[in-house]
Amino acid sequence: MIDPRISVIEKRFSEIKRIISVVSGKGGVGKTVIASTLALSLAKNNYRTGLFDLDFYGPGCHIVLGVGKVFLEEEKGIIPPKFHGVSLMSIEFFAKDEPVAMRGTEVTDALIELMAITRWGPLDFLIIDLPPGLGEEVLDVIRLLRNTEFLVVTTPSKLSMMVAEKLLKLLKRVGANILGLVENMALTHNMGSTKPLAEKYQVEFLGSIRLDEKLEAAIGVPEKIFETIFFKDIQKIFEKLCKGINTDR
Amino acid sequence: MHEWALAEAVVTTVLKTAEEENAREVLEIKVVLGELQQIDIEVFKFALTNLVKDTIAEKAQIILEIEPAILKCNSCGYKWKFSEVLEKLDEEVREAIHFLPEVSHAYIKCPNCGSVDFDVIKGRGVYLKSIKVR
Repeated sequence: MIDPRISVIEKRFSEIKRIISVVSGKGGVGKTVIASTLALSLAKNNYRTGLFDLDFYGPGCHIVLGVGKVFLEEEKGIIPPKFHGVSLMSIEFFAKDEPVAMRGTEVTDALIELMAITRWGPLDFLIIDLPPGLGEEVLDVIRLLRNTEFLVVTTPSKLSMMVAEKLLKLLKRVGANILGLVENMALTHNMGSTKPLAEKYQVEFLGSIRLDEKLEAAIGVPEKIFETIFFKDIQKIFEKLCKGINTDR
Repeated sequence: MHEWALAEAVVTTVLKTAEEENAREVLEIKVVLGELQQIDIEVFKFALTNLVKDTIAEKAQIILEIEPAILKCNSCGYKWKFSEVLEKLDEEVREAIHFLPEVSHAYIKCPNCGSVDFDVIKGRGVYLKSIKVR
């Protein structure tokens, strides 16, 4: 028995200029909000942007984008619906608020299925929101999307940095392309404290995102997110990411 | 037309395999369709027939086998057939499982103990069973 889906994955992603996977290792460090806001920021600046939520147990990108009822368009596959200029694919479109309790091989199966049937079309950026941990989703993205770049997120917390370090070690060992390290939820007294971690693993320190108390109230309303300090800090990272991207089309 | 995407995967795999075998022609393509995914056989076959046009698999005999889906509860060990619960699922749920079979865990539970921790031991989705070339 041969799984035929693997053979079309490369083709499905072939028209995407850059694939950026947002990872952290530790949960609760703000990956989903960063991935979603980064996608919104890119779309706002006229980049063709996709957002792929691969956090199957706790999908949240649709919440950040304020997605309501979804109608999936089919055209020789599934065309990801667009919200605020961002093409989004999420397990939530099929699970509808219900928990999906899967074991390891099923996680891989679900990931491969979504990769095989989703027709992203031409994009400048695809942002992938990966779940915490070093499990199937992270390993399968490393295996199946060779050209992905990893954006590692950590907070200045010792616990978060400890897991981020394990993740950096793993990514280095498998020869993955690490875009850089982002520090989230930084306070005045600890801002930049994760920089030595980036230096230790010779990855770029992309910047600090300040802890913004007003962010929570803006979740689900992109126009409000655009007014936050969080967004201002994300924009600085966005500017670094966009270097060298040609949008002529 | 989600079937088209999966048919495209099958044809891509067939042609790649045939090329690796230095084949001149593909004579037969045997595909297993797991019942859980509820593939529309006519649409799938139509897509396959179209996708093999102008390739070395154009004249291949296409054989589609439906594999009944069997589920097994990880909590109590009970086994049951997907066909036994299919009728109880509404159209929207069936479509969700059709697109992504793993979301069956959101809508199906063990008829014996009620657990959602089950394995699909047979009949999940689309597999290429064999190809004959020369």
